[in-house]
Amino acid sequence: MVEKTPILDTITYLFLMTGIVVVCFPIIYTIIAATMTVEQVSKVPMPLIPGDQFITNIQAAWERGNLGTQLFNSFIMASGITFGKIAVSLLGAFSIVYFDYRFRTAAFVTVFCTLMLPVEVRILPTYEMAANLFGPLQYVWDFLHLNTAAAWIAGHEIDVRLEWSLLDSYTGLILPLVASATCTFLFRQFFLTVPEELCEAAKMDGASPMIFFRKILLPLSKTNIAALVVIEFVYGWNQYLWPLLITTDPKMTTAVIGLKNLIPSPEDLPDWHIAMAGALIVMLPPILVVLLMQRWFVKGLVEKEK
Amino acid sequence: MLKKRSYFKSKTLPYILILPQVLVTLTFFYWPAVQGLAQSFMLSDPFGFNNRFVWFDNFTALFKDPLYLKSIGITLIFSASTAALSICSGLFLAAMANRIFKFKAVIRTFLIWPYAVAPAISGILWLFLLHPSFGVAAIAIKNMGIEWNPVLKGNHALIIVILASSWKQVSYNFVFFMAGMQAIPKSLIEAAAMDGAGPFRRFWSITLPLLSPTLFFVTVMNIIFAFFETFGIIHTVTQGGPGGATNILVYKVYQDGFIGLNLGSSAAQSIVLMILIITITVLQFKYVEKKVQYTG
Repeated sequence: MVEKTPILDTITYLFLMTGIVVVCFPIIYTIIAATMTVEQVSKVPMPLIPGDQFITNIQAAWERGNLGTQLFNSFIMASGITFGKIAVSLLGAFSIVYFDYRFRTAAFVTVFCTLMLPVEVRILPTYEMAANLFGPLQYVWDFLHLNTAAAWIAGHEIDVRLEWSLLDSYTGLILPLVASATCTFLFRQFFLTVPEELCEAAKMDGASPMIFFRKILLPLSKTNIAALVVIEFVYGWNQYLWPLLITTDPKMTTAVIGLKNLIPSPEDLPDWHIAMAGALIVMLPPILVVLLMQRWFVKGLVEKEK
Repeated sequence: MLKKRSYFKSKTLPYILILPQVLVTLTFFYWPAVQGLAQSFMLSDPFGFNNRFVWFDNFTALFKDPLYLKSIGITLIFSASTAALSICSGLFLAAMANRIFKFKAVIRTFLIWPYAVAPAISGILWLFLLHPSFGVAAIAIKNMGIEWNPVLKGNHALIIVILASSWKQVSYNFVFFMAGMQAIPKSLIEAAAMDGAGPFRRFWSITLPLLSPTLFFVTVMNIIFAFFETFGIIHTVTQGGPGGATNILVYKVYQDGFIGLNLGSSAAQSIVLMILIITITVLQFKYVEKKVQYTG
């Protein structure tokens, strides 16, 4: 502080307290609602003193929403995306920074053109792609009239259909979201700041590129990786549109999607206490990750967008 | 292009290393983008058996469609309000938090966790808070004499989704403004104080101008968030209703494509969104970077 301003300081603390209460109110309210019986929760206005039904409600939400399976799916999806994105980006950035080859610039441009394109703007064609991963091959096959060619060679009618569907599968939940130019860009920026001497020394010692990558580059990237783990895990866990599109089987869907089934419709009992208990369970994992790894989270968020 | 002075030599290894990234990008970005572009010039029946090339008919139909024009208007109101509300709150909280010495870490902890809440869950929380019969906030509004009914009244529904979206985004803005303010040299602030500038004057004349790159960046990110990532909020809270009052562009793409099965129109809408986001990105990189002030 530059000068002493006791009144202004008090006001500052008061404003901050108010801010925290406003920001935290939805969650406090959720926790309170999750401890009540249906009579209490539908009382007008709902009392702000917690009830004693917390465990019962959590159990009810867990069973009614089939949350066990869905949380497991969410976990697989979030960790798959996190691991996939980081692995693919690390290798890609390593290739772009540490090698000189003919199509380097082409590869770089191909990847970075997708920097800002969210899955939301290309949902239908990406869905079609996931519904049949062999779509492009089929297209080429049909374009070249290879069915006719095959029929001619074999001497009888042949209809080749290439199909590999990713719908209702973990691969389908994870793979399309793995491509990430932002992570590659971040690692590229970081690799460029790594001293040249390290690479020279490694080469002089006769280390192969992969040994250099494993023994030197990877340990140096630890903080960057930790930061990205937080960001990408939250990103993966909170995905909505993509799992909504490609899963139809309730056993394959994620917890965030499944939660919608717990919202009471106007005709039902106002089971808001169950819905809130469910919401608490589903939002807990990413919140824990952010709070426990707060330092990495702030670093990751700020660095990623640079 | 930037590269190392000393690098490895290998004929195949760099290709193997970049292959996964290029493969995923080609399959899930380029091929769908090309397909979408092709589809937007076609008129197809819902089952995709018949495709007819119709040039720009899908686009002209789109911009003549009153529902689409309404959706554009709603998206603009929605994203402007969401961005304004969450940027102002984030900036205010960061400015306050930056003034104090004690409890900084605790305060930060209390303010950043909404970032981790999924948009869809944020929607559910606010749906309950503002539920016309049970919500605590709705009762407060009713006591002020307002007939609160988000199920029937479009502007009330819009208010819920704006609140749910801004609430989720405040943490993000807060983190960036905090980081931005910490990067401002203390000596500048102290010099201004010595010249007799009070705390408010210092905020307006030093902190805010020096924060303008962050402010600009955060504005762009908030607009992108409001345009695209709020899908989950719309889907859980209103499904675009009542009467299309919360049917923002990205939700309309989904509704027309997946529920209405109007493939050509949905593809054309995707293309419009894609052009929009590319424009925003290019603008961000090129134009405004020159105009905003940077610290040395």
